[in-house]
Amino acid sequence: MSETITDYTNKLTIPKPEENFRHPMEAYIRSERFPHIWCSSCGIGTILTAYISGLQKSGLDPEKVAVVSGIGCSGRVAGYLRLDSFHSTHGRALPFATGLALGNPELKVSVISGDGDISAIGGNHFIHSARRNMNLTIICINNFTYAMTGGQAGPTTPIEANSSTTPYGSYEYPFNLPFLAESCGAVYVARWTALHIRRLTNAISEALLKPGFSFIEVISPCPTLYSRRNRLGTGLDSMKFYHDTAIIQHGAETREVDIEYQQKIIVGKFVDKEKPTFTEARDKFLKKKLGDRFVPYRGPNHGH
Amino acid sequence: MKADPMGVATGSHYLDGDHACAEGAIAGGCRFMAGYPITPSTEVAERIAERFPKIGGMFIQMEDELASMAAVSGAVWAGAKSMTVTSGPGFSLMMENIGLAVMMEVPCVVVNVQRGGPSTGLPTLTAQADMMQARWGSHGDYEIIALSPNSPQECFDLTITAFNLSEKWRVPVLFMMDECVGHMTEKVIIPNADEIEVTPRKYYKGKKESYRPYRFNGSNSVAPMVKAGDGYFIHITGLTHDERGYPVINAEAQEKNVKHLVNKILKNEEKIRIIEEDQVDGADVVVISYGISSRVAMNAVEAARKKGLKVGTLRLVTVWPFPESRIRELAKSVKAFVVPEINMGQISLEVERCAQGNAKTILVPHAGGWVHDPTDILNAIEESIV
Ligand SMILES: Cc1ncc(C[n+]2csc(CCOP(=O)(O)OP(=O)(O)O)c2C)c(N)n1
Ligand code: SF4
Ligand SMILES: [Mg+2]
Repeated sequence: MSETITDYTNKLTIPKPEENFRHPMEAYIRSERFPHIWCSSCGIGTILTAYISGLQKSGLDPEKVAVVSGIGCSGRVAGYLRLDSFHSTHGRALPFATGLALGNPELKVSVISGDGDISAIGGNHFIHSARRNMNLTIICINNFTYAMTGGQAGPTTPIEANSSTTPYGSYEYPFNLPFLAESCGAVYVARWTALHIRRLTNAISEALLKPGFSFIEVISPCPTLYSRRNRLGTGLDSMKFYHDTAIIQHGAETREVDIEYQQKIIVGKFVDKEKPTFTEARDKFLKKKLGDRFVPYRGPNHGH
Repeated sequence: MKADPMGVATGSHYLDGDHACAEGAIAGGCRFMAGYPITPSTEVAERIAERFPKIGGMFIQMEDELASMAAVSGAVWAGAKSMTVTSGPGFSLMMENIGLAVMMEVPCVVVNVQRGGPSTGLPTLTAQADMMQARWGSHGDYEIIALSPNSPQECFDLTITAFNLSEKWRVPVLFMMDECVGHMTEKVIIPNADEIEVTPRKYYKGKKESYRPYRFNGSNSVAPMVKAGDGYFIHITGLTHDERGYPVINAEAQEKNVKHLVNKILKNEEKIRIIEEDQVDGADVVVISYGISSRVAMNAVEAARKKGLKVGTLRLVTVWPFPESRIRELAKSVKAFVVPEINMGQISLEVERCAQGNAKTILVPHAGGWVHDPTDILNAIEESIV
């Protein structure tokens, strides 16, 4: 510690940052890609941070964790994570992740992507991946809009909310994503907001350790498009809103957690149950049918 | 590398093209398949579904062809040799993620057992009308490899070749069968595993920190791969990217990226090329054909030769990349090319372009649903010389 710098009060001497003040998450971030593309006070960065904390907390070996994103502001998360990370096509993160997870059963594969990506263009893949109980952790960043393309309405846009394609307000019934996930077969379903960092971190860690299809919806501010169009203020105002309106209700019936425009947001862990994963069910079934003739798929590190 | 004996059904079989293709895939090392049923390709998936559980393969029937093609790319990055199988309507849905595989340089095989179109068209009857879609059906600029087998035996042999080419050039290889070849049953000889040459994936072996997923050793070559889970922390994207795989959104990066995708195929066309020529030296007419049409054309060619006409043949086994230099050369010595194909004129336009006015190009079109009447081809041969 030869070189030091002096703080503004001139009372303390602290070591030069490069040596001892490296950011504890630096190892997980492709900081060479900074500055990132997100607007200031966007919620996505917070969720990225929570993902890293959740991963650290899970104790999983980062070399065996892969992340897949689709396309959108949220879809850029994969590009900033120093993990094996894939930026696929719009809506196809889940099937790409399915191939990755089946291809190498030693991997824990997460999908981090937007509400439009996962529930609109990727909706078919979402319901079927959940139905199969594919071993995937899905983190769906719900900002109630298609942000990347300029703030259009999507399947999560609440009735009344303004968007660039609903200039008089939206009148379509939106999805209740936790209900959708549960009814399709997800074994772990939670919802948090970008304000609930500690709980979100715990949820991510739990979901990563849970075999099968886990789903976390994260309500996240898009101050640039959604909030501005709806005069909801800054990112900080959204945080205040989440603080005042979010109600923690673990085990809530997912059919009752709809989100209405600027109304209460029920958050919590809604579903946590056991069910054999796609691969567990497949292997057990085929073993029963084929006996010794069954050869399980073991992945690339075990011959064919 | 030799084929894994576990998968090779050595022996003399009586198989249709679809089943032979499935056996070829297995012999070629394929152990992951994602697909969605569609006539006339379903038998490939059915055979794989039956065989894979006994040889350690993973078959999954996806919710659609968008998903199938995306899953194939995912499985390749996990380290598996992977394939999907479809026909026209599914091929259209696959285009989006064939583009992704092209951009990510994913070695894989996509089988299209062609049927009549557009749209639902003729689900059970043949066509060769997806040849241009195979070339450029996904948006943006790229080049691809496409093969066209003309018998069940070739469905076996060339599926292995398709896997080998895909590994060598890190590109999706499109295996363009047609309903006739897919459903025709003939003798298929499957050799011993140690007689089957399989191209292994080229993996990077240097220092972890120095790995760059898109750093090429010399121009027009491809980079070695790594697998997810091996600790390289790769980032792979469908966006225009640099050698690290990181997105770069500007014209310079685009120029590098697109030129690489195009040149690794076009500049190596002669290395990739598989064509069969017969009696082209001194020929007045050369019949250029592929797939099932090449067998129908033989009938017409033999009849013409009996009449004393000097007719040669050129069969495109690799249709893409197109053997441009060879056609250009031949155009200088022949009077005409006759191109029978089960579409309204796709490959014939390529032939015409390459002939550069030095020889006539005569299309013998067929809208699909059945193969040509050889008389139509014979008439075209005769007309071409007068
Ligand atoms: C096939 C296709 N259609 C449309 C688009 C354009 N597009 C890019 S991102 C996006 C919406 C993203 O919304 P969401 O998933 O909610 O992510 P956000 O940007 O809100 O984080 C759309 C429609 C595309 N890239 N691909
Ligand atoms: S547009 Fe919205 S979602 Fe996208 S980065 Fe900006 S604030 Fe975030
Ligand atoms: Mg969104």
